[in-house]
Amino acid sequence: MLNSKLVSALAVAGVALIGAQSAQAQVIKIDGSSTVYPITEAVAEEFQKAKKNAIKVTVGISGTGGGFKKFCRDETDISNASRPITKAEMDLCKTAGVEYIEMPVAFDALTVVVNPKNAFLKQATVAEMKALWEPAAQGKVMKWNQINPAWPDAPVKLFGAGADSGTFEYFTEAMVGKAKSSRGDYTASEDDNVLVQGVSRDVNAIGYFGYAYYAENTGKLKALPIVNPKTGKAVEPSAANVENGTYAPLSRPIFIYVKAKSLQKPEVKEFVEFYMKNGAALTKEVKYVPLPASAYTGNVEHIKKNKIGTVFGGHNEIGITIEDLMKREAKM
Amino acid sequence: MHANSLTTEQIRALIAKGKLKDAIFKVLGIFCLAVALLVIVLLVSDMVAKGSERFTVDFFLNFASRRATQAGILSAWVGSLLVMLVTALAAVPIGVAAGVYLEEYAKRNWITEIIEINITNLAAVPSIVYGLLALGIFVYQFGFGQSILSAGLTLALLILPIIIVSTREAIRAIPAMIREGSMAVGATRWQTCRYHIIPYAMPGILTGVIIGLARAIGETAPIITIGALTFIAFLPPVPYTTGADGVTAGMFDWVMSPFTVMPIQIFNWTSRPDPAFEVNAAAAGFVLMAMVLTMNGIAIYLRYKMRKNIKW
Repeated sequence: MLNSKLVSALAVAGVALIGAQSAQAQVIKIDGSSTVYPITEAVAEEFQKAKKNAIKVTVGISGTGGGFKKFCRDETDISNASRPITKAEMDLCKTAGVEYIEMPVAFDALTVVVNPKNAFLKQATVAEMKALWEPAAQGKVMKWNQINPAWPDAPVKLFGAGADSGTFEYFTEAMVGKAKSSRGDYTASEDDNVLVQGVSRDVNAIGYFGYAYYAENTGKLKALPIVNPKTGKAVEPSAANVENGTYAPLSRPIFIYVKAKSLQKPEVKEFVEFYMKNGAALTKEVKYVPLPASAYTGNVEHIKKNKIGTVFGGHNEIGITIEDLMKREAKM
Repeated sequence: MHANSLTTEQIRALIAKGKLKDAIFKVLGIFCLAVALLVIVLLVSDMVAKGSERFTVDFFLNFASRRATQAGILSAWVGSLLVMLVTALAAVPIGVAAGVYLEEYAKRNWITEIIEINITNLAAVPSIVYGLLALGIFVYQFGFGQSILSAGLTLALLILPIIIVSTREAIRAIPAMIREGSMAVGATRWQTCRYHIIPYAMPGILTGVIIGLARAIGETAPIITIGALTFIAFLPPVPYTTGADGVTAGMFDWVMSPFTVMPIQIFNWTSRPDPAFEVNAAAAGFVLMAMVLTMNGIAIYLRYKMRKNIKW
């Protein structure tokens, strides 16, 4: 049983190494999005402290897509995701017999930033962003006055997320209208600090990334208020504006997906309950926007009632507010 | 032009011209050396200046944390050392044996030629390719998972060509008379290798091993591919001890443990939103360089000791 050891001796190319499939310590395996990583890492750190290291938690970063690949191959217990699970990933999980419970854990505000010395940009509309970032602009829209004649005759320097990130997917869908549809002639990096550095050093630069990177670098960057298409008012990215739903369409929920089978293990269940209990405070600490308390208790309810699946039906949705999300989760 | 047809002045002028070229080349050489040294000095001093405030005992004994000032490199340096141990245990015997075989036993024919060309080519294969290969074979096929064992074997593959090539170079530097003398007094080929060739080649082999390991310890790409972790706040189990979870570890349980390594820890810190982590990254970068330097130091010392024992 627990103490029984399955020791298999393997002669690997002349070196005898023994792989012991013994009663390995309980390890909760988490992988996925780099956007959700800071929150999950904070929870894992606190959880291990609270448990005096009796339960081990590991967190990897392979991106939302890479995380779901491992999750649906039954390799991890929990997957961090900066967007809802896609249809293709749902099919993959289904084939492998992996069932999951979807839990929103926080909101993120994608932030459009410019250099603090930039005097002409006070706000931005979705139409302006589209004109700047759409594929048709590639090689053509090279100067600021091509978008708005009132803006200077100066070169546009673009900095954006790399094509594999959930951030790129969400921004293009929200601004250009189609996921992953973007011009290619911009400085792309999966490392947001490269983008922070780029924008902070060039007066004519504009870029976008998650709110946390702006919040830690407010001295070097200026965030642009985005005109809400519904109200026509320019709204600053901030925790309050994400909470009240006015910072749209660049607010997005981020999730963890927990494997239903893993929840039968007491340590995983305990970890997820710990996550929902302390998530709000830790989320704020790592500069994301926490959900209302009812969201976290709702997630715990979902475990109790074993509500398997997603409320998104396999596609991403733009401009969903916390309120929308709560209604949907409750209906499930 | 014959020298004896020149006047003394002309010869002097010729010598002066030669000396001038000499001087120019010397200055050029010193300049190139200075550039190389300057880069290292700048790099190290930059890391020390940025990271100095983290050089505390806690930095080495703490796990990663979301708070920069409390975050340490414990799991990373332990992981790096253990992965290097597995790498060395796997790569050194195989690499040395392959090198000895190719130099001392293999017949000179086209098959050997092809093998040699391929080994040289392997040394130039990008490391990410080894990572992909290892993901398929070690992680999934053999079922080693995302473990120290998988990482160690992957890096062993990566440095195998370096060890084979340096072993062969070292063996070639041994004069033929040593080999012939040994055989002349009736030693078999194996005895010649065991008592002469391998001991005499050892300093050169060691250099190759250390260069290989120094390359392996800084590798990030293949380790990320096979799935090293970013947050891991526990160490691999020490054999025959009981952890906080009440499980007693077996002799080789540690090789199957999840892990992280120094380059991944550094990479993670440089990509975090909070600029305070840059200090940690600089400090960890310095520690990694110190590790490489220590390895090189050990190699130089061992080489010196072993050369003293060579009598010819």
